[in-house]
Amino acid sequence: MAQGSEHNAATRFFDKVGRTTLAGLEEAGRHGVMLVESLYWLIFGPGMKQPVRVGAVFAEMMEIGVRAIGIIGIMSAAIGAMLAIQGIYSLKIFGAEGHVVLGVAFSMVREFAPLITGILVAGRSGSALSARLGTMKINQELDALEVMGINPVRFLVVPSLIASVVMVPVLTFMSMVLGLYAAALYVNAVLGMSLAAFFDQTIDVLSVGDLTHGIGKAAIFGVLIALIGVLNGFMVKGGAEGVGKATTRSVVQCISAIVVTDMLFALVATF
Amino acid sequence: MSEAAVKAPETAPKNVIEVRDLVTHYGTREILHGVNVDIVEGEIMVIMGGSGSGKSTFLRHLMALQRPTSGSIKILDHDVWNLSQKELFELRRKLGVAFQGGALFSSMTVGENIMLPLYEHTKLDRTTMEIMARMKLEVVDLSGFEDLMPSELSGGMIKRAAVARAIVMDPRILFFDEPSAGLDPVVSKQLDEMILRLRDAMGMTICVVTHELDSAFTIADRITVLDQGNILFVGTVEELKNSPSERIQNLLNRRSEEAEIDPDEYLRRLMGDKEEAEGMPR
Repeated sequence: MAQGSEHNAATRFFDKVGRTTLAGLEEAGRHGVMLVESLYWLIFGPGMKQPVRVGAVFAEMMEIGVRAIGIIGIMSAAIGAMLAIQGIYSLKIFGAEGHVVLGVAFSMVREFAPLITGILVAGRSGSALSARLGTMKINQELDALEVMGINPVRFLVVPSLIASVVMVPVLTFMSMVLGLYAAALYVNAVLGMSLAAFFDQTIDVLSVGDLTHGIGKAAIFGVLIALIGVLNGFMVKGGAEGVGKATTRSVVQCISAIVVTDMLFALVATF
Repeated sequence: MSEAAVKAPETAPKNVIEVRDLVTHYGTREILHGVNVDIVEGEIMVIMGGSGSGKSTFLRHLMALQRPTSGSIKILDHDVWNLSQKELFELRRKLGVAFQGGALFSSMTVGENIMLPLYEHTKLDRTTMEIMARMKLEVVDLSGFEDLMPSELSGGMIKRAAVARAIVMDPRILFFDEPSAGLDPVVSKQLDEMILRLRDAMGMTICVVTHELDSAFTIADRITVLDQGNILFVGTVEELKNSPSERIQNLLNRRSEEAEIDPDEYLRRLMGDKEEAEGMPR
Protein backbone atom coordinates (compact mmCIF):
# COMPACT_ATOMS: atom_id res chain seq x y z
CA MET A 1 0.00 0.00 0.00
CA ALA A 2 2.84 2.34 1.05
CA GLN A 3 4.76 1.29 -2.03
CA GLY A 4 1.71 2.11 -4.13
CA SER A 5 1.38 5.61 -2.69
CA GLU A 6 5.16 6.24 -3.20
CA HIS A 7 4.73 5.11 -6.77
CA ASN A 8 1.81 7.49 -7.17
CA ALA A 9 3.76 10.40 -5.67
CA ALA A 10 6.71 9.75 -7.97
CA THR A 11 4.44 9.42 -10.99
CA ARG A 12 2.68 12.63 -10.08
CA PHE A 13 6.00 14.44 -9.67
CA PHE A 14 7.35 13.34 -13.05
CA ASP A 15 3.94 13.94 -14.61
CA LYS A 16 3.99 17.51 -13.30
CA VAL A 17 7.57 18.09 -14.45
CA GLY A 18 6.70 16.70 -17.87
CA ARG A 19 3.57 18.81 -18.22
CA THR A 20 5.35 22.00 -17.10
CA THR A 21 8.20 21.35 -19.53
CA LEU A 22 5.77 20.73 -22.39
CA ALA A 23 3.79 23.86 -21.52
CA GLY A 24 7.02 25.88 -21.51
CA LEU A 25 8.08 24.47 -24.88
CA GLU A 26 4.62 25.10 -26.28
CA GLU A 27 4.76 28.71 -25.16
CA ALA A 28 8.24 29.16 -26.63
CA GLY A 29 6.86 27.73 -29.86
CA ARG A 30 4.00 30.22 -29.80
CA HIS A 31 6.48 33.10 -29.51
CA GLY A 32 8.36 31.73 -32.51
CA VAL A 33 5.15 31.40 -34.51
CA MET A 34 4.12 34.96 -33.60
CA LEU A 35 7.51 36.30 -34.70
CA VAL A 36 7.30 34.46 -38.02
CA GLU A 37 3.69 35.60 -38.53
CA SER A 38 4.67 39.21 -37.81
CA LEU A 39 7.53 39.06 -40.32
CA TYR A 40 5.15 37.45 -42.84
CA TRP A 41 2.67 40.34 -42.57
CA LEU A 42 5.44 42.91 -42.64
CA ILE A 43 6.83 41.48 -45.89
CA PHE A 44 3.76 40.09 -47.67
CA GLY A 45 1.01 42.26 -46.15
CA PRO A 46 1.19 44.99 -48.81
CA GLY A 47 0.65 42.38 -51.55
CA MET A 48 -2.54 41.28 -49.80
CA LYS A 49 -3.77 44.88 -49.36
CA GLN A 50 -2.84 44.58 -45.66
CA PRO A 51 0.09 46.97 -45.30
CA VAL A 52 1.55 47.85 -41.92
CA ARG A 53 0.56 51.47 -41.30
CA VAL A 54 3.51 53.79 -40.77
CA GLY A 55 1.30 56.02 -38.61
CA ALA A 56 0.60 53.11 -36.25
CA VAL A 57 4.34 52.37 -35.98
CA PHE A 58 5.10 56.00 -35.08
CA ALA A 59 2.27 56.04 -32.53
CA GLU A 60 3.77 52.94 -30.88
CA MET A 61 7.26 54.46 -30.99
CA MET A 62 5.87 57.48 -29.20
CA GLU A 63 4.26 55.26 -26.54
CA ILE A 64 7.13 52.78 -26.08
CA GLY A 65 10.02 55.17 -26.63
CA VAL A 66 9.39 58.87 -26.27
CA ARG A 67 7.15 58.61 -23.21
CA ALA A 68 9.76 56.45 -21.44
CA ILE A 69 12.59 58.97 -21.85
CA GLY A 70 12.00 60.63 -18.48
CA ILE A 71 12.04 57.57 -16.26
CA ILE A 72 14.84 55.85 -18.17
CA GLY A 73 16.89 59.05 -18.02
CA ILE A 74 16.51 59.34 -14.24
CA MET A 75 17.22 55.65 -13.60
CA SER A 76 20.24 55.61 -15.92
CA ALA A 77 21.75 58.69 -14.29
CA ALA A 78 21.22 57.13 -10.85
CA ILE A 79 22.86 53.87 -11.91
CA GLY A 80 25.77 55.68 -13.56
CA ALA A 81 26.39 57.67 -10.39
CA MET A 82 25.97 54.55 -8.26
CA LEU A 83 28.59 52.68 -10.36
CA ALA A 84 30.99 55.58 -9.93
CA ILE A 85 30.38 55.68 -6.16
CA GLN A 86 30.91 51.94 -5.74
CA GLY A 87 33.84 51.90 -8.15
CA ILE A 88 35.73 54.62 -6.31
CA TYR A 89 34.94 53.00 -2.94
CA SER A 90 36.32 49.60 -4.11
CA LEU A 91 39.32 50.89 -6.02
CA LYS A 92 40.34 53.12 -3.12
CA ILE A 93 41.53 49.95 -1.33
CA PHE A 94 44.20 49.54 -4.01
CA GLY A 95 44.76 53.28 -4.44
CA ALA A 96 43.50 52.97 -8.00
CA GLU A 97 40.53 55.35 -7.97
CA GLY A 98 41.71 56.82 -11.29
CA HIS A 99 40.78 53.56 -13.03
CA VAL A 100 37.12 53.95 -12.11
CA VAL A 101 36.37 55.11 -15.67
CA LEU A 102 37.23 51.66 -17.03
CA GLY A 103 34.75 49.87 -14.79
CA VAL A 104 31.97 52.40 -15.23
CA ALA A 105 32.31 52.53 -19.02
CA PHE A 106 32.28 48.74 -19.51
CA SER A 107 29.53 48.15 -16.97
CA MET A 108 27.28 50.89 -18.26
CA VAL A 109 27.67 50.25 -21.99
CA ARG A 110 27.77 46.45 -21.99
CA GLU A 111 25.43 45.63 -19.11
CA PHE A 112 23.52 48.22 -17.16
CA ALA A 113 22.17 50.45 -19.93
CA PRO A 114 20.53 47.60 -21.93
CA LEU A 115 19.41 45.83 -18.78
CA ILE A 116 17.78 48.80 -17.04
CA THR A 117 16.20 49.99 -20.30
CA GLY A 118 14.85 46.52 -21.03
CA ILE A 119 13.42 46.12 -17.53
CA LEU A 120 11.80 49.56 -17.53
CA VAL A 121 10.31 49.14 -21.02
CA ALA A 122 9.04 45.70 -19.99
CA GLY A 123 7.36 47.21 -16.92
CA ARG A 124 5.84 50.09 -18.88
CA SER A 125 5.10 48.75 -22.35
CA GLY A 126 5.13 44.95 -22.04
CA SER A 127 2.41 45.11 -19.41
CA ALA A 128 0.51 47.82 -21.31
CA LEU A 129 0.53 45.67 -24.47
CA SER A 130 -0.86 42.69 -22.58
CA ALA A 131 -3.53 44.78 -20.88
CA ARG A 132 -4.57 46.48 -24.13
CA LEU A 133 -4.77 43.30 -26.22
CA GLY A 134 -6.35 41.33 -23.38
CA THR A 135 -9.08 43.94 -22.94
CA MET A 136 -9.62 44.03 -26.70
CA LYS A 137 -9.98 40.26 -26.68
CA ILE A 138 -12.58 40.10 -23.94
CA ASN A 139 -14.50 42.98 -25.57
CA GLN A 140 -14.54 41.05 -28.88
CA GLU A 141 -12.55 43.84 -30.54
CA LEU A 142 -10.10 41.29 -31.98
CA ASP A 143 -13.04 39.38 -33.48
CA ALA A 144 -14.36 42.68 -34.84
CA LEU A 145 -11.05 43.28 -36.61
CA GLU A 146 -11.12 39.76 -38.11
CA VAL A 147 -14.64 40.12 -39.48
CA MET A 148 -13.75 43.54 -40.90
CA GLY A 149 -11.05 41.78 -42.93
CA ILE A 150 -8.24 43.31 -40.85
CA ASN A 151 -5.62 40.89 -39.62
CA PRO A 152 -5.00 41.60 -35.89
CA VAL A 153 -1.32 40.57 -36.08
CA ARG A 154 -0.68 43.00 -38.93
CA PHE A 155 -2.80 45.75 -37.38
CA LEU A 156 -1.78 45.48 -33.71
CA VAL A 157 1.32 43.32 -33.28
CA VAL A 158 3.66 44.36 -36.09
CA PRO A 159 3.64 48.11 -35.24
CA SER A 160 4.42 47.31 -31.58
CA LEU A 161 7.16 44.88 -32.58
CA ILE A 162 8.85 47.32 -34.94
CA ALA A 163 8.54 50.17 -32.44
CA SER A 164 10.00 48.03 -29.67
CA VAL A 165 12.92 46.77 -31.77
CA VAL A 166 13.77 50.33 -32.82
CA MET A 167 13.10 52.21 -29.60
CA VAL A 168 14.71 49.90 -26.99
CA PRO A 169 18.16 50.27 -28.63
CA VAL A 170 17.63 54.04 -29.01
CA LEU A 171 16.65 54.34 -25.36
CA THR A 172 19.61 52.13 -24.43
CA PHE A 173 22.00 54.49 -26.22
CA MET A 174 20.44 57.39 -24.37
CA SER A 175 20.80 55.45 -21.13
CA MET A 176 24.51 54.83 -21.83
CA VAL A 177 25.18 58.53 -22.43
CA LEU A 178 23.22 59.72 -19.40
CA GLY A 179 24.68 57.05 -17.12
CA LEU A 180 28.21 57.92 -18.17
CA TYR A 181 27.50 61.63 -17.81
CA ALA A 182 26.18 61.20 -14.28
CA ALA A 183 29.24 59.09 -13.44
CA ALA A 184 31.50 61.75 -14.95
CA LEU A 185 29.88 64.43 -12.79
CA TYR A 186 30.45 62.38 -9.62
CA VAL A 187 34.04 61.54 -10.56
CA ASN A 188 34.61 65.22 -11.30
CA ALA A 189 33.23 66.22 -7.91
CA VAL A 190 35.14 63.58 -5.91
CA LEU A 191 38.40 63.06 -7.81
CA GLY A 192 38.55 66.39 -9.64
CA MET A 193 38.80 64.65 -13.04
CA SER A 194 37.42 66.92 -15.77
CA LEU A 195 34.47 65.77 -17.87
CA ALA A 196 36.62 65.95 -21.01
CA ALA A 197 39.24 63.68 -19.44
CA PHE A 198 36.55 61.25 -18.27
CA PHE A 199 35.04 60.98 -21.75
CA ASP A 200 38.47 60.79 -23.41
CA GLN A 201 39.28 57.79 -21.24
CA THR A 202 35.86 56.31 -21.88
CA ILE A 203 36.32 56.50 -25.66
CA ASP A 204 39.80 55.03 -25.30
CA VAL A 205 38.69 51.97 -23.34
CA LEU A 206 35.50 51.26 -25.25
CA SER A 207 35.50 49.62 -28.66
CA VAL A 208 32.79 49.57 -31.31
CA GLY A 209 32.26 45.94 -30.29
CA ASP A 210 31.30 47.03 -26.76
CA LEU A 211 28.76 49.45 -28.15
CA THR A 212 27.24 46.90 -30.57
CA HIS A 213 27.19 44.35 -27.72
CA GLY A 214 24.94 46.67 -25.68
CA ILE A 215 22.81 47.89 -28.58
CA GLY A 216 22.43 44.40 -30.11
CA LYS A 217 21.30 43.01 -26.80
CA ALA A 218 18.79 45.84 -26.50
CA ALA A 219 17.30 44.98 -29.90
CA ILE A 220 16.78 41.36 -28.74
CA PHE A 221 15.17 42.65 -25.54
CA GLY A 222 12.86 44.73 -27.75
CA VAL A 223 11.71 41.62 -29.61
CA LEU A 224 11.20 39.70 -26.35
CA ILE A 225 9.18 42.49 -24.72
CA ALA A 226 6.84 42.87 -27.69
CA LEU A 227 6.31 39.14 -28.23
CA ILE A 228 5.75 38.31 -24.56
CA GLY A 229 3.43 41.29 -24.08
CA VAL A 230 1.39 40.49 -27.17
CA LEU A 231 1.07 36.75 -26.55
CA ASN A 232 -0.03 37.20 -22.96
CA GLY A 233 -2.67 39.63 -24.21
CA PHE A 234 -3.90 37.26 -26.91
CA MET A 235 -4.14 34.39 -24.42
CA VAL A 236 -6.34 36.25 -21.91
CA LYS A 237 -9.29 34.27 -20.63
CA GLY A 238 -11.93 35.05 -18.05
CA GLY A 239 -12.62 38.79 -18.11
CA ALA A 240 -11.01 41.52 -16.01
CA GLU A 241 -9.30 39.06 -13.68
CA GLY A 242 -7.72 37.38 -16.69
CA VAL A 243 -6.40 40.72 -17.92
CA GLY A 244 -4.82 41.39 -14.51
CA LYS A 245 -3.16 37.97 -14.46
CA ALA A 246 -1.90 38.36 -18.02
CA THR A 247 -0.39 41.75 -17.19
CA THR A 248 1.46 40.41 -14.15
CA ARG A 249 2.57 37.32 -16.06
CA SER A 250 3.80 39.48 -18.91
CA VAL A 251 6.02 41.64 -16.67
CA VAL A 252 7.45 38.63 -14.81
CA GLN A 253 8.14 36.75 -18.06
CA CYS A 254 9.64 39.81 -19.77
CA ILE A 255 12.05 40.53 -16.92
CA SER A 256 13.01 36.86 -16.55
CA ALA A 257 13.58 36.54 -20.30
CA ILE A 258 15.66 39.74 -20.36
CA VAL A 259 17.91 38.68 -17.47
CA VAL A 260 18.43 35.13 -18.81
CA THR A 261 19.09 36.40 -22.35
CA ASP A 262 21.49 38.97 -20.95
CA MET A 263 23.43 36.26 -19.17
CA LEU A 264 23.51 34.01 -22.26
CA PHE A 265 24.53 36.94 -24.45
CA ALA A 266 27.35 37.85 -22.09
CA LEU A 267 28.47 34.21 -21.97
CA VAL A 268 28.51 33.84 -25.76
CA ALA A 269 30.06 37.26 -26.40
CA THR A 270 32.92 36.81 -23.95
CA PHE A 271 33.63 33.13 -24.62
CA MET B 1 -45.65 37.68 -78.32
CA SER B 2 -47.59 36.08 -75.50
CA GLU B 3 -47.74 37.57 -72.02
CA ALA B 4 -45.99 34.54 -70.58
CA ALA B 5 -43.06 35.00 -72.92
CA VAL B 6 -42.61 38.67 -71.96
CA LYS B 7 -42.83 38.02 -68.24
CA ALA B 8 -39.44 37.47 -66.64
CA PRO B 9 -38.99 33.89 -65.55
CA GLU B 10 -39.42 33.43 -61.82
CA THR B 11 -36.21 32.22 -60.29
CA ALA B 12 -35.88 30.42 -57.02
CA PRO B 13 -34.54 32.64 -54.23
CA LYS B 14 -30.78 32.41 -54.06
CA ASN B 15 -29.05 31.11 -50.98
CA VAL B 16 -26.38 33.46 -49.70
CA ILE B 17 -25.40 31.11 -46.87
CA GLU B 18 -25.44 27.33 -47.05
CA VAL B 19 -24.43 25.29 -44.02
CA ARG B 20 -24.04 21.55 -44.48
CA ASP B 21 -23.49 18.89 -41.80
CA LEU B 22 -21.72 21.33 -39.49
CA VAL B 23 -20.10 19.58 -36.55
CA THR B 24 -17.97 21.41 -34.01
CA HIS B 25 -16.31 20.60 -30.71
CA TYR B 26 -14.96 22.45 -27.71
CA GLY B 27 -12.28 20.07 -26.55
CA THR B 28 -13.92 16.67 -26.61
CA ARG B 29 -17.44 18.03 -26.20
CA GLU B 30 -19.51 18.13 -29.38
CA ILE B 31 -21.43 21.43 -29.56
CA LEU B 32 -23.10 21.29 -32.98
CA HIS B 33 -24.20 17.89 -34.28
CA GLY B 34 -24.45 18.14 -38.06
CA VAL B 35 -26.36 21.38 -38.58
CA ASN B 36 -27.89 22.19 -42.00
CA VAL B 37 -29.26 25.67 -42.72
CA ASP B 38 -29.83 27.82 -45.81
CA ILE B 39 -30.22 31.59 -45.61
CA VAL B 40 -31.88 33.19 -48.59
CA GLU B 41 -30.85 36.52 -50.13
CA GLY B 42 -32.76 39.51 -48.74
CA GLU B 43 -34.37 37.72 -45.81
CA ILE B 44 -34.06 38.27 -42.10
CA MET B 45 -33.19 34.94 -40.54
CA VAL B 46 -33.43 34.79 -36.78
CA ILE B 47 -31.52 32.07 -34.97
CA MET B 48 -33.07 31.25 -31.62
CA GLY B 49 -32.46 28.83 -28.83
CA GLY B 50 -31.98 28.64 -25.11
CA SER B 51 -28.71 29.14 -23.29
CA GLY B 52 -26.20 26.49 -24.29
CA SER B 53 -28.11 25.60 -27.45
CA GLY B 54 -25.04 26.42 -29.56
CA LYS B 55 -26.41 29.54 -31.27
CA SER B 56 -23.44 31.79 -30.46
CA THR B 57 -21.03 29.08 -31.61
CA PHE B 58 -23.11 28.69 -34.77
CA LEU B 59 -22.89 32.44 -35.39
CA ARG B 60 -19.10 32.36 -34.97
CA HIS B 61 -19.01 29.73 -37.71
CA LEU B 62 -21.21 31.84 -39.97
CA MET B 63 -18.83 34.77 -39.45
CA ALA B 64 -15.88 32.49 -40.34
CA LEU B 65 -14.30 33.10 -36.95
CA GLN B 66 -14.14 29.45 -35.99
CA ARG B 67 -13.15 26.41 -38.03
CA PRO B 68 -15.60 23.50 -37.70
CA THR B 69 -14.59 19.93 -36.99
CA SER B 70 -16.40 18.85 -40.14
CA GLY B 71 -19.04 20.07 -42.57
CA SER B 72 -19.05 23.04 -44.89
CA ILE B 73 -20.14 26.67 -44.84
CA LYS B 74 -20.75 28.43 -48.12
CA ILE B 75 -21.12 32.20 -47.99
CA LEU B 76 -21.93 34.02 -51.23
CA ASP B 77 -20.97 30.85 -53.16
CA HIS B 78 -17.56 30.60 -51.48
CA ASP B 79 -16.65 27.58 -49.38
CA VAL B 80 -15.26 29.59 -46.46
CA TRP B 81 -12.60 27.18 -45.26
CA ASN B 82 -11.31 26.40 -48.74
CA LEU B 83 -10.45 30.02 -49.49
CA SER B 84 -6.97 31.47 -49.48
CA GLN B 85 -6.30 34.09 -46.83
CA LYS B 86 -6.58 36.86 -49.42
CA GLU B 87 -9.92 35.52 -50.70
CA LEU B 88 -11.20 35.26 -47.13
CA PHE B 89 -10.30 38.93 -46.56
CA GLU B 90 -12.17 39.84 -49.75
CA LEU B 91 -15.21 37.85 -48.62
CA ARG B 92 -15.20 39.43 -45.18
CA ARG B 93 -15.52 42.88 -46.72
CA LYS B 94 -18.96 41.79 -47.90
CA LEU B 95 -20.01 40.87 -44.35
CA GLY B 96 -20.94 43.19 -41.51
CA VAL B 97 -21.18 42.22 -37.86
CA ALA B 98 -22.77 44.04 -34.93
CA PHE B 99 -21.43 42.29 -31.83
CA GLN B 100 -23.40 41.87 -28.62
CA GLY B 101 -21.31 44.40 -26.71
CA GLY B 102 -20.68 46.57 -29.75
CA ALA B 103 -16.92 45.78 -29.82
CA LEU B 104 -16.15 49.40 -30.64
CA PHE B 105 -12.46 50.25 -30.30
CA SER B 106 -12.27 52.14 -27.03
CA SER B 107 -9.21 54.16 -28.08
CA MET B 108 -11.01 55.65 -31.09
CA THR B 109 -13.93 58.06 -31.38
CA VAL B 110 -17.24 56.82 -32.76
CA GLY B 111 -16.43 58.45 -36.11
CA GLU B 112 -12.96 56.85 -36.26
CA ASN B 113 -14.50 53.47 -35.44
CA ILE B 114 -16.88 53.79 -38.38
CA MET B 115 -14.16 55.04 -40.73
CA LEU B 116 -11.73 52.23 -39.87
CA PRO B 117 -12.96 49.74 -42.53
CA LEU B 118 -12.95 52.55 -45.13
CA TYR B 119 -9.44 53.56 -44.10
CA GLU B 120 -8.20 49.99 -44.32
CA HIS B 121 -9.96 48.84 -47.49
CA THR B 122 -10.46 51.92 -49.68
CA LYS B 123 -8.40 54.79 -51.03
CA LEU B 124 -11.00 57.44 -50.16
CA ASP B 125 -9.76 60.76 -48.84
CA ARG B 126 -10.41 61.72 -45.24
CA THR B 127 -13.22 64.18 -46.05
CA THR B 128 -15.16 61.58 -48.04
CA MET B 129 -14.70 59.04 -45.26
CA GLU B 130 -16.00 61.54 -42.72
CA ILE B 131 -19.05 62.24 -44.89
CA MET B 132 -19.72 58.51 -45.23
CA ALA B 133 -19.36 58.00 -41.48
CA ARG B 134 -21.87 60.81 -40.84
CA MET B 135 -24.26 59.28 -43.39
CA LYS B 136 -24.14 55.91 -41.66
CA LEU B 137 -24.62 57.54 -38.26
CA GLU B 138 -27.67 59.25 -39.74
CA VAL B 139 -29.04 55.83 -40.77
CA VAL B 140 -28.82 54.60 -37.19
CA ASP B 141 -30.15 57.88 -35.71
CA LEU B 142 -26.84 58.88 -34.16
CA SER B 143 -25.95 61.94 -36.20
CA GLY B 144 -23.73 64.38 -34.33
CA PHE B 145 -22.14 61.70 -32.13
CA GLU B 146 -19.07 61.09 -34.29
CA ASP B 147 -16.65 62.93 -32.00
CA LEU B 148 -17.64 61.11 -28.81
CA MET B 149 -15.69 58.21 -27.35
CA PRO B 150 -17.52 54.86 -27.00
CA SER B 151 -17.32 55.22 -23.21
CA GLU B 152 -19.52 58.31 -23.48
CA LEU B 153 -22.40 56.41 -25.14
CA SER B 154 -25.30 54.50 -23.60
CA GLY B 155 -25.79 50.75 -24.24
CA GLY B 156 -28.33 51.31 -27.03
CA MET B 157 -26.16 53.97 -28.66
CA ILE B 158 -23.12 51.67 -28.62
CA LYS B 159 -25.15 48.99 -30.41
CA ARG B 160 -26.34 51.49 -33.03
CA ALA B 161 -22.81 52.84 -33.52
CA ALA B 162 -21.64 49.24 -33.99
CA VAL B 163 -24.32 48.83 -36.67
CA ALA B 164 -23.11 52.01 -38.38
CA ARG B 165 -19.60 50.54 -38.47
CA ALA B 166 -20.94 47.21 -39.71
CA ILE B 167 -22.79 48.79 -42.66
CA VAL B 168 -20.17 51.34 -43.68
CA MET B 169 -18.83 49.06 -46.44
CA ASP B 170 -22.42 48.32 -47.61
CA PRO B 171 -22.15 44.60 -46.81
CA ARG B 172 -24.34 42.01 -48.49
CA ILE B 173 -24.89 40.10 -45.27
CA LEU B 174 -25.27 41.64 -41.84
CA PHE B 175 -24.98 39.62 -38.63
CA PHE B 176 -26.40 40.71 -35.30
CA ASP B 177 -25.43 39.00 -32.07
CA GLU B 178 -28.14 39.51 -29.44
CA PRO B 179 -29.12 43.04 -30.53
CA SER B 180 -31.66 43.46 -27.71
CA ALA B 181 -29.60 42.01 -24.88
CA GLY B 182 -29.39 44.32 -21.90
CA LEU B 183 -31.61 47.02 -23.42
CA ASP B 184 -34.93 48.36 -22.17
CA PRO B 185 -38.04 47.51 -24.24
CA VAL B 186 -38.25 50.95 -25.87
CA VAL B 187 -34.64 50.94 -27.12
CA SER B 188 -35.02 47.29 -28.06
CA LYS B 189 -38.04 48.16 -30.23
CA GLN B 190 -36.10 50.99 -31.88
CA LEU B 191 -33.35 48.52 -32.78
CA ASP B 192 -35.89 46.11 -34.25
CA GLU B 193 -37.30 48.91 -36.39
CA MET B 194 -33.79 49.81 -37.49
CA ILE B 195 -33.07 46.22 -38.55
CA LEU B 196 -36.25 46.16 -40.66
CA ARG B 197 -35.34 49.54 -42.15
CA LEU B 198 -31.85 48.28 -43.10
CA ARG B 199 -33.31 45.27 -44.88
CA ASP B 200 -35.91 47.34 -46.74
CA ALA B 201 -33.70 50.31 -47.63
CA MET B 202 -30.41 48.56 -48.34
CA GLY B 203 -31.61 45.11 -49.43
CA MET B 204 -29.25 43.32 -47.08
CA THR B 205 -29.57 39.75 -45.95
CA ILE B 206 -29.67 39.86 -42.17
CA CYS B 207 -28.95 37.09 -39.72
CA VAL B 208 -29.86 37.77 -36.10
CA VAL B 209 -29.04 35.62 -33.10
CA THR B 210 -31.39 36.35 -30.24
CA HIS B 211 -33.32 34.73 -27.44
CA GLU B 212 -35.88 37.58 -27.25
CA LEU B 213 -39.16 36.15 -28.57
CA ASP B 214 -40.90 39.49 -29.14
CA SER B 215 -37.97 40.84 -31.08
CA ALA B 216 -37.71 37.65 -33.16
CA PHE B 217 -41.41 37.72 -34.03
CA THR B 218 -41.19 41.38 -35.08
CA ILE B 219 -38.24 41.14 -37.44
CA ALA B 220 -37.99 37.56 -38.67
CA ASP B 221 -38.88 36.37 -42.14
CA ARG B 222 -37.81 32.91 -41.02
CA ILE B 223 -36.67 31.47 -37.73
CA THR B 224 -34.19 28.69 -37.03
CA VAL B 225 -34.45 27.12 -33.60
CA LEU B 226 -31.35 25.43 -32.25
CA ASP B 227 -31.68 22.97 -29.42
CA GLN B 228 -28.67 21.30 -27.80
CA GLY B 229 -26.64 21.64 -30.97
CA ASN B 230 -29.34 20.36 -33.32
CA ILE B 231 -31.73 22.20 -35.62
CA LEU B 232 -35.15 21.82 -34.06
CA PHE B 233 -37.11 23.98 -36.47
CA VAL B 234 -36.74 26.18 -39.56
CA GLY B 235 -39.72 28.15 -40.83
CA THR B 236 -41.77 31.33 -40.70
CA VAL B 237 -43.05 32.96 -37.53
CA GLU B 238 -46.56 31.57 -38.17
CA GLU B 239 -45.22 28.07 -38.72
CA LEU B 240 -43.23 28.35 -35.50
CA LYS B 241 -46.26 29.48 -33.50
CA ASN B 242 -48.34 26.62 -34.92
CA SER B 243 -45.65 23.99 -34.45
CA PRO B 244 -46.94 20.89 -32.68
CA SER B 245 -43.49 20.20 -31.22
CA GLU B 246 -43.59 20.16 -27.43
CA ARG B 247 -40.07 21.59 -27.17
CA ILE B 248 -40.99 24.48 -29.46
CA GLN B 249 -44.13 25.21 -27.45
CA ASN B 250 -42.12 25.08 -24.24
CA LEU B 251 -39.70 27.61 -25.73
CA LEU B 252 -42.52 29.89 -26.89
CA ASN B 253 -44.31 29.68 -23.55
CA ARG B 254 -41.05 30.04 -21.61
CA ARG B 255 -41.51 26.70 -19.84
CA SER B 256 -38.34 25.07 -18.63
CA GLU B 257 -37.81 21.42 -19.36
CA GLU B 258 -36.49 19.46 -16.44
CA ALA B 259 -34.55 16.57 -17.88
CA GLU B 260 -35.05 13.39 -15.93
CA ILE B 261 -31.93 12.79 -13.87
CA ASP B 262 -30.47 9.37 -13.50
CA PRO B 263 -29.74 8.96 -9.73
CA ASP B 264 -26.41 7.21 -10.44
CA GLU B 265 -25.36 9.94 -12.82
CA TYR B 266 -26.41 12.60 -10.27
CA LEU B 267 -24.35 10.91 -7.55
CA ARG B 268 -21.36 10.60 -9.88
CA ARG B 269 -21.60 14.33 -10.70
CA LEU B 270 -21.72 15.23 -7.00
CA MET B 271 -18.81 13.00 -6.04
CA GLY B 272 -16.77 13.65 -9.15
CA ASP B 273 -15.38 10.80 -11.19
CA LYS B 274 -13.18 9.29 -8.47
CA GLU B 275 -11.22 6.98 -10.74
CA GLU B 276 -10.53 9.80 -13.13
CA ALA B 277 -9.71 12.18 -10.26
CA GLU B 278 -7.16 9.79 -8.78
CA GLY B 279 -5.31 9.63 -12.05
CA MET B 280 -5.04 13.40 -12.31
CA PRO B 281 -2.03 15.37 -11.09
CA ARG B 282 -2.65 17.38 -7.94
